[in-house]
Amino acid sequence: MTDLQPTAALQATPSLLTLTHASKSFGPVQALSDVSIELFAGEAHALLGENGAGKSTFVKILAGVHRRDSGELQVGGQDVNFHSPGEATAAGIAIIYQEPTLFPDLSVAENVLMGRQPLAGLGRIDRASMRQQVAKILSELGVNLDPARRVRGLSIADQQLVEIAKALSLNANILIMDEPTAALTLSETERLFRVVRSLRARGAAVLFITHRLEEVFAECQRVTIMRDGTWVSSGRVEEYDTDKVVRQMVGRDLGELYPRSQAELGEVALSVRGLTQPGVFRDISFEVRRGEIVGLAGLVGAGRSEVARAIFGIDPRETGEVRLGGHVLPPLSPQTTMAAGLGLVPEDRRQQGLVMDMSIERNANLAILNRLRKGWLMDRKAETDNAREWTQKLRLKAHSLSDPASSLSGGNQQKVVLAKWLATSPSVLIVDEPTRGIDVGAKAEVHRTLSELAASGLAVLMISSDLPEVLGMAGRILVMREGELVGEVSRAQASEEAVMYLATGQHKRQEGAA
Amino acid sequence: MTGRAVSTPTTSQSWFSRLLRVREVSLVALLLIVTLGTAAINPLFLSFGSLKDLFLNVAIIALVVVGETIVLLMKHVDLSISSVVGLSAFLSGSLFVAFPGLPLPLVFVFGLLLGAVLGSVNGLLVAYGKVPALVATLGTLYVFRGITYAVVHGGQINASNLPPAFLGFATGSVLGIPNLVLLVLVVMLGFGFYLGSYRGGREYYALGSNSEAAVLAGINVKRRTMIGFILSGAIAGLAGVLYLARFGTVDATAGTGLELQVIAAAVVGGVSINGGVGTLFGAGVGALLLGVMGSALVTLRAPGFYQQAIQGALLLAAISFDMLASRSAARRAAKSRQS
Repeated sequence: MTDLQPTAALQATPSLLTLTHASKSFGPVQALSDVSIELFAGEAHALLGENGAGKSTFVKILAGVHRRDSGELQVGGQDVNFHSPGEATAAGIAIIYQEPTLFPDLSVAENVLMGRQPLAGLGRIDRASMRQQVAKILSELGVNLDPARRVRGLSIADQQLVEIAKALSLNANILIMDEPTAALTLSETERLFRVVRSLRARGAAVLFITHRLEEVFAECQRVTIMRDGTWVSSGRVEEYDTDKVVRQMVGRDLGELYPRSQAELGEVALSVRGLTQPGVFRDISFEVRRGEIVGLAGLVGAGRSEVARAIFGIDPRETGEVRLGGHVLPPLSPQTTMAAGLGLVPEDRRQQGLVMDMSIERNANLAILNRLRKGWLMDRKAETDNAREWTQKLRLKAHSLSDPASSLSGGNQQKVVLAKWLATSPSVLIVDEPTRGIDVGAKAEVHRTLSELAASGLAVLMISSDLPEVLGMAGRILVMREGELVGEVSRAQASEEAVMYLATGQHKRQEGAA
Repeated sequence: MTGRAVSTPTTSQSWFSRLLRVREVSLVALLLIVTLGTAAINPLFLSFGSLKDLFLNVAIIALVVVGETIVLLMKHVDLSISSVVGLSAFLSGSLFVAFPGLPLPLVFVFGLLLGAVLGSVNGLLVAYGKVPALVATLGTLYVFRGITYAVVHGGQINASNLPPAFLGFATGSVLGIPNLVLLVLVVMLGFGFYLGSYRGGREYYALGSNSEAAVLAGINVKRRTMIGFILSGAIAGLAGVLYLARFGTVDATAGTGLELQVIAAAVVGGVSINGGVGTLFGAGVGALLLGVMGSALVTLRAPGFYQQAIQGALLLAAISFDMLASRSAARRAAKSRQS
């Protein structure tokens, strides 16, 4: 099934890169299994898949960052095995990441030619010729960028162009772009595609990883779809339509991993009205009731976490109102927000959720230190009691509560974060990607915990990129796209397709085009 | 394609903010103000003798600043230099005591090699041992000083132990410029050229600016870090020999506290402690500025303790300046992106 059938039009051109039956696992987690792709000169090829489908692992294998466990890779007809990013670069593969890796303090020209600067007499760098070379590449790309300018302060779009210029200076003929347009404005995106078309005209192959389907249909010639680390299909873009792409990206059964809460809905616990922060999110309004789990879905970068952080008061919000049980919460005041009964389990457990080197007990008590005081000093007994109470309720599996949080598995770490917030007896809990990087068994545990909490009357707002999780857990699903709340899907209507349509903006844009 | 400016137009920036970018310009201006201001009150400040003294005082700090700048550019720090200066000064002196007829160039080579060996200890710890530079060089600061105490054993080197030709080198001059100052200028120019115009030199900037990008650009980060620390050590070793030549009398405490003056000079001169930013010219002017401030205060008969307070204030001003400048640069970038 994975044998690729290049179509007649492309068969005439040579294949620049062929990866066949590649697999990769990280410990027990199978990140990729039996994935194949073929890239031809002069084509733009879209690699599509949901968050977590294995696209990033795939790219890192081509970039020489990860080594595949099995499968063959041919570049320009030669079998290759990359041991380092340098070898991939030498083979003509250039990766342009969503956030470019550049030297902010050095000039554009030096960034492009670092380590390969043109030399004049006595081995010194010929600055004039360095600038000329880079100016030439940039003008070939049709880009108006001063080579002598420092990179710091350049927009992401301009930084990507510097990366592309670097790729060209290395004579790369295979460019891989990982969600290049996610952070770009419309005009920047247009400019990028103009550059891509000129690269194709020179015979380069461009592999796009993107979530924006309209770009795929407008700019790409072929498509490869991945799901759950496996190859689903490849073919010419004409053979696909939006329905087919979304179905193939999503198509899977909901497991029984998701115990739904059976709670009666109570009064409104959290009410958000017209929340706006220019450039980040606009006019966000919704409510969450007691006993309810509301999902907040959307693609990475849609602004979901930013909304959560603004509600909690860590990030600013320009206008809009947040009410918690009838009280208006002031912006930028996490202390008041916490005291009013809102908890936030952040996206990045290791960086924001836990102090990894501190004991489980200390971590679990971190949010209520003031309550565990006796005069000026901490009350050791109250500390131990509190930590024990919550870790037992959440069935934490730990050797000892005095062990550092870093000694726990991902699922148990997440329970410590939950314990920390539950100790504050919140009425509303916002959980951001609660099961990211957690194995399936632990996932079910976290889900069960959240369900039970909701059943006991807690209002839960769950941000998740894991669609089955959102569909399985939430009574209602709010969908965000590019900083806006674009729709709400009720439990009855909920399907992955419905959510993906909203998140990628397909319905709306198609109607607009018609 | 909209008309959004891709390269930041320089015309839209105020004269002041452009000046902020070029730290060296404001530093030289400040240097002139302090110098001329002091001279206006006491014209003797600009006398030949007084200027010569000033440059001689600054010379050794300015020399060590060269190595420290290289390390700071890599986003590391070398605290051990003062101990390297001390150990090198004392051991060079002992060499003369043991072999009175030693040719002078050999002593300079000895200082350089000793410093390079001591620097390579720092380099190994930081580049290969992954010890943070602050901790590694704080450790070697004490270890090298401890070795000096053990070797010195309560004794000291006196000018009478040293060959007159060696002492004469420090006091001698060419066209009125002291040998010491000339030597330091040559080293500064050489390294300034190396850092600015050679691939190897640019790698220090690249490394400190974004070490991840440096790896992706194929730079051998470990090797480059190692070389940086060896250079810093070697230059401090050479400075130790000059210290001996200038002062003649050296005991186990020679050079103590120098590291903080050197880092202060570099930072005042616009070398960022966050790596990747700064020039040797700036660092040299920074050293000169601190030296001028010091002797201006002496000339103006200010109590000695003001000198340190003013040095500290200057350091704080320099760092605040950097923060403000980078913050306004970030704001400008955000603004140009929105429009």
